[in-house]
Parts: sequence; structure tokens; C-alpha cells
Amino acid sequence: MFGTVRARLILIGVLLLLCIWALLPKEGPSGETESALKLGLDLQGGMHLAVEIDDPDGTLAADAKADAIERTLTTIRNRIDEFGVREPTIQKVGAERIVVELAGIDDPDRAKSIVERTAFLEFKIVRSGEEFRRALPRIDRAIVREVGAENLQAAPILEPEPETPGLGDILGAADDADSTAVDSQAADSVVVEPEAAATEQVADTTATEQAADTTVADTGEGELRPLTALLLESGQVGQFLVRETDIPTAEGYLELDAVKNAIPRGAELKWGVEPIAGGGEAYRTLFVLEDEPLLTGEDLADAGPAARDPTFNQPYVPFETTRRGARKFERGTSRHVGDLMAIVLDNKVQSAPVIRQTLGRRAQIEMGTGSSLQEAQDLALVLRAGALPQPIRIVEERTVGPSLGADSVRQGKIAFVIGIIGVLVLMVFYYRAAGILAVFALGVYVVLLLGGLAGLGATLTLPGIAGIILSIGMAVDANVLIFERIREELEAGKTPRTAVDTGFEQALSAIVDANLTTLITAIILFQFGTGPVRGFAVTLVIGIMASFFTALYVTRTLFMIYLDRRTAGAPISI
Amino acid sequence: MRLFSDAHFHFMAGRRRAYIVSGAFIAIGMVSIALHGGLNYGVDFTGGTLVQVQFNEPVDAAELRSAVTGAGFSGSEIQGFGSEQEYLIRLQTFEGAGGNGAEGMEAALSEAFGGDSYSVQRVEAVGPKVGSELQRKAVLAILMSFALTLIYLAFRFEWRFGVAAVVATMHDILITFGFISIMGLEITLGTVAAILTIVGYSLNDTIVVFDRIRENLKRKRKEPYETTLNRSINETLPRTVLTSGTTLVTLLALFIFGGSVIRPFAMVLILGVLIGTYSSIFVASPVLLEIEEWAQKRAKTHRTHTAGA
Repeated sequence: MFGTVRARLILIGVLLLLCIWALLPKEGPSGETESALKLGLDLQGGMHLAVEIDDPDGTLAADAKADAIERTLTTIRNRIDEFGVREPTIQKVGAERIVVELAGIDDPDRAKSIVERTAFLEFKIVRSGEEFRRALPRIDRAIVREVGAENLQAAPILEPEPETPGLGDILGAADDADSTAVDSQAADSVVVEPEAAATEQVADTTATEQAADTTVADTGEGELRPLTALLLESGQVGQFLVRETDIPTAEGYLELDAVKNAIPRGAELKWGVEPIAGGGEAYRTLFVLEDEPLLTGEDLADAGPAARDPTFNQPYVPFETTRRGARKFERGTSRHVGDLMAIVLDNKVQSAPVIRQTLGRRAQIEMGTGSSLQEAQDLALVLRAGALPQPIRIVEERTVGPSLGADSVRQGKIAFVIGIIGVLVLMVFYYRAAGILAVFALGVYVVLLLGGLAGLGATLTLPGIAGIILSIGMAVDANVLIFERIREELEAGKTPRTAVDTGFEQALSAIVDANLTTLITAIILFQFGTGPVRGFAVTLVIGIMASFFTALYVTRTLFMIYLDRRTAGAPISI
Repeated sequence: MRLFSDAHFHFMAGRRRAYIVSGAFIAIGMVSIALHGGLNYGVDFTGGTLVQVQFNEPVDAAELRSAVTGAGFSGSEIQGFGSEQEYLIRLQTFEGAGGNGAEGMEAALSEAFGGDSYSVQRVEAVGPKVGSELQRKAVLAILMSFALTLIYLAFRFEWRFGVAAVVATMHDILITFGFISIMGLEITLGTVAAILTIVGYSLNDTIVVFDRIRENLKRKRKEPYETTLNRSINETLPRTVLTSGTTLVTLLALFIFGGSVIRPFAMVLILGVLIGTYSSIFVASPVLLEIEEWAQKRAKTHRTHTAGA
């Protein structure tokens, strides 16, 4: 077919032009020029995350899980779209895993939290806590029964000790500290308009409750009171304080099934998100909430833009509900004017402001004073993109900083150039004129390999660079096989032309077998590998094909030219 | 220039010595692995967190160690990475306090050295489940490559060529593992990729020799098997040496100039190329000879048995 030298040269030329065209920098979607070779995360810096549905007990049914994965995939896509990462990869791998690859991000922690946050938002009324208080002895007994009295040595018998910072003490402490726990919790987080009146009203209610609580505690005298002993009065409706150090113990108690059953019907307990400082210690609030939400994140139509409240210097996220949501919200809040409404995000109470008036379509979520505007913006983003159907868990994370990636590229280029020069020197030194032909062939090989990588849209990774450099060493192997054969044929007394022809023929089977076995390992590598290793496998595969073509076709053509130009009868230099 | 253009080395006659050399190499490697209490698997396979940190100012390793262990990351390993400013910190946990191990680590570093004093260059955090999956996949990949090449060679040549090639390749892998252990390198995804590449390279080399053996067997049927093998190895010797040479040149360039991340990978490959070249001459062909002699002996006894009966 392409028998003549001219036809062969045209084919090689066309292929080379195609490859060079594929290698030319392209105009990116946003106008800037992009390198034609796509760099992997390990070279341009970026983040690779693998996430799964968090289901440690395996309670989720298979179809529910499959559904959750699909919805999670969509939600993460939406979030990343909003976050604005160029060419993200978000895909399902296998049945249970989602892989997210974000290139060139400068704040991996932030990106990670945007991906993994469930963002399950609920608005729930804070209960008076009375019912819960009355249930406390029952709950304590349930704990003693489950855990065993002998294992509760840490939990004191509730006696009227003066040291125990009980109700009055804590209230006093909060009053002293002026701007602590109690105040910030109520005033910081009023949905519509924070007013001082709110705090006053709260304080009123507490006085009565304080009395009630004392009586409850009294009846329990002499008994083990594991949970009650951890609960301190907060001075606010339906809220207790627990020392940060006691939280793991308290959480352990609340996990017990017997305790869950003893909690009054329709109520649930949730922790506050921010620690509260008071009297030199850190506390966290335990809220008693209605378990039925007034509104959830699904009822939101839009959220943001986040802004900072000038008066209180705290960020907030305005939101808008759907029509249906607005009706639900109106109905719910109209019945609870004057009550506290907890804003629960991912099972943590963000804030619990007072409902001053019936709320409708628009309201806002105020964040704690410790939050940054960026956190508010990120919250708005995840609320807009929607909640994840189930909490997810990161099972694998790989992050490479941009400077490390740039170093790798630079060093890889140096190694590449020096490797090529080394091979060229060896080949010319060993084979003379034929070596120069091999050098030309190698040049064609490099262009074909890089062009092939660019044309197929393969991603260049660090092991991939190693693969390219290694493949150059191996690419000359086919040439070496051919040249050695030609030498043998010449030694056997054949004329140059016949020696070349036989040399190519005889070397063919070794080249085919050697390349095919390498191809087999490369394909297995591709199957096995993730990211960088895959990049290595792809370069090997393209390298093998390119070297096959260059050795058998390009070198052959070059030999034809060489033999034609040589003065008739002169020996060939090999 | 020519090397070994008319070589007549008696490779087959010296094969017992080659067995001893190979056996010794393998034994040294196995002893090293045993002394180290097994291979040193990286976080890819054990699960855990690897953090590469670059400090703006040189930081003492001991100081860094105390900061990391002080934060409750027991059993963590700290390793210098080229200079006193760059370290690899390996945590055994994937999830530390407050979520991911890497985040807890960063918090500890910020507390000990200040939030602006360092930058995280690389994080590799692998959960235990993913780790064991990758482990299974790696083993499967190596076994698959054996199986497929065995089938391919049995199909293209004869079954005994396949067996000899796989024996030679296993020999290479065993020595490579020993080398990895002696050098104190970790088994990572990159190492497995390097090992699979060695498998490819070693097979490549072996096949070129086998191809010549097959050809010479056809051409000179009367020649003793051993002579044919010797001749084939000698005839392909220039190619074997030159190809190893060009490959080694590129790998050396990679090792010297390719940067610290790629260096262990290049090191394993350099050794692999050397071993692969050695094994195609001193292991693959001798094994082929042993198989042949065994088959001939069996055929002979079989014949005498039938004659006697």
C-alpha cells in the first residue's frame, strides 16, 4: 500500500502534523489558553476525595442506599458547580462510592467541608423542658440499670453539695460575666429582629423552672443520678448546660436505647454547636426540642447572599421558602409567638432565637459571633444546593499543593530531556549512521506519544512522566532488535538491501511478542490503578503503540531513504 | 561500535552458580523482611494519613515529633524529606479527633509552630476499608499479570516457555521485595506500579531470548538443547546489554533529576531492570533447560518401562 518512500513520508508527515496540532495550546472555555496535555491532580495540585454513605451499622437497605448515592451525587455536583471549580470530576465508582476530583483549589479544607456537609436544616420549637425534667429520674434509673451502678463511680450521688455548681451558681456566673453564654445564646440568634426584651422574657421563665428543678433533684436524694448530675441550669427555657469534658459521657448515656425510650414522647435532645465560656469553663447547651420540625431545608427555595449584620457584627444567611414552605412556616410560627425556635443544622443547634412574629416567606439564619462571613457564604451555598439525603463519610483523601505539583513538572521535564540526550548519545555512539536514523525515529516517537496523549485527552500524572521517560529507554529496544538483526545478516554476507529487509522481517516476531506482553501488564495496571497509576498505564499503552509504529514503519522508511542516497555498493554504517 | 558481537559464553554450564547467586539474593531479602517484621506497607494499604509539610524555617525533627505526639497521635512516624524544612509525617489513624487525621495534625502544627509557619504540600489519607481494597487489588493485579502472560506465552510458544518466564519473573519480584525491605522503602501504589513495570520489562527481555531460542530450535534440530540455548543467549546478548543500557540511562536521569517524590519509584525500577536482565539470561533459560531435561528423562524412563513390559 504505502510502498513508496514518498507515500510513506506523507503518511508520517500527516501523523506528525496531527500530533503537533493536538499539542498546540487550546483556547479554554473561559478564554485563557490551556496546555493541551491535561495535568493530573498530582501535577497541578488539587484534591481527590472518595466518599461513601455513612452507614456503620449497615442498617440501610440496598435500594435505599443506591437511591441515596444517586441523590448525593447530584447534590455534590450542584454544590461544586456553585463553588466554581474548573472541570471537576464527580463520578460514581462501583456501587457505593463517589469520587470527587477538584483541580487547582487553594483551600482544600473548605472544599472538603462543602462536599461532606450534610446540610440538613430543620427549624424546631424549643420545648419548655418541664416534661423532660420530670422524666429525668426515670432516665437516670434507666442508665443505672443499663450501665450498672458499679460502673458509674464517676457519676456522683446527687446530694446537696455546696461545691456542685448547680442551678443558682451557674445563673449567677452567667450574670456576672455579662456577655457570656446566656446572653449570646439568646440575643445573637433572633430570626427577625433581635430585641433585648427577648432575654428578659427568657429570664422570667427560668425563675419558675429553677424551683421546679430543685424539687426534682430533692426527691432523687441518695439515688444515683448519672445524667442529672451532668446537667446544669442554663437559665433559659428548655436548655441545659453540660461541661465540655462531660459531653462524651452524656452522649454515651443518651445513646442507650432505654434512655431514648424514657425521653418524653414528641421531644428530642440536641446539642448546641458553639461552646459557651462561663466561669472559666467551657460548656455546651443541650436543647429539649419538639421532634417535629416546623420547616426543613427541603422547603427552602433560595438562600443567600450571606451578609454581616452591622449592629451585632455577626454574619447571617437570608433565605426564602417555597410557597408551600411559607404556609407551613406561617402556621407553625403563628402558634408559637414568644417561644424559642431552634435552627438545627446537621443535628446541631446553630441558634435558638425568639419568634417575635409570625414568619412567612423570608427570614434569615444568624450565625454565631465566632463565624466568619465565608462560613456564612458556604452555608448559603450548601443550602441552595440542597441537603444530602444521608450523612456521608470520606474514605480516602489525597491532596497535593500546587507548588509541589509545579516542582514535579519542572523536575520531570529536566529528567525527560536528560534521559533523551543520554539515549541519543548511546545510540549514535553504538550504531553510527543507523543510530542517527534511530534518533530521528525517536524524535517521531516522542511527538507521537505526546500527541497521542493530548489527542486522546489522557491525563498526565507524575508516574505518567516516569512512564514516558522509561518508555523512551524501551522504545529504542525495537530499533536495537532490528539493527542487531541487520548486522547479523551483513555478517552472514548478505547485501545491504537484503540485510535490511531480512533484518526487519526477522525482528518482527520478537518485537510483537515483547510489546504485547508489556501491553498486557499495562492494561492490568490500568484496571488496578486509580489516578496517578492509571496515568502511568495510559502512557505505557500509548507508548507501546507509538514505539511499534516508529520502529517498524518510520525506521524502515528512514532506512529506505538511507539506502537510496548511499552510493551504490558502498557498505552501510551500522 | 560492537559489544559481544561474537560472544561464546557458557551460560548454561554455569547455571548452578547462578542458582546460588539468585538463592542468596532472595534469602538476604527474605531475612531483611523477617527482621523488619514484614514489609513496610504505606498508608495506601494499611489505611492512615500521610502529610508532607514544608516549613518556612528549619524545624528540628525532635521538636516536630513532640508536637505531633503531644497532640495525641501516637505511633506516628516522622521522616525528613530532603531538608530540615520538609517532613513527611505518617499517622496510623485515618480519622483523628474531630474528623480527619490530617486536620487534627494541622491543628497541632498550628498550635506548636504557628499557623503561617508551614504549608501542607501533600495529604494522603486512606480509610481502612479502602486500604484493604487496594491491597486486594494489588495482589490481584500481580497475579493477573502472571496468569495472562503465562497464557499468552503458552499460546505463542509452548507451555514450558510460559512456565520458565513466570519463574524468572517471580524471581525478580522476590528480589525486588527484598531490596525494598533492605532500602527501607514503603510499599505504596507507586511501588506496585513499579513492580508491575518490572514484570513487563523482565518478560520483554526474556521473550526476546526465547524468540531466538524458538527460531534456533527450528533451524538446528540436531544440536543439543543446551548448545542451542547458549547460542541464543549469546546471539541476543548485544541487544540485551544495549537495551538495558538505554533504559538504565533514562531511569538514572529520572532518579537524579526527577525529584524526591519519584525517586523511590525510579530506584525500584533501576534495580528491576538490572534483575530483569540478569534473570532472562541466568534464570529463564536455565529453567527452560531444566524442564527440557526433566521431560527427556521422564520420556526415557517411560520408554524403558514400556520396553521391559
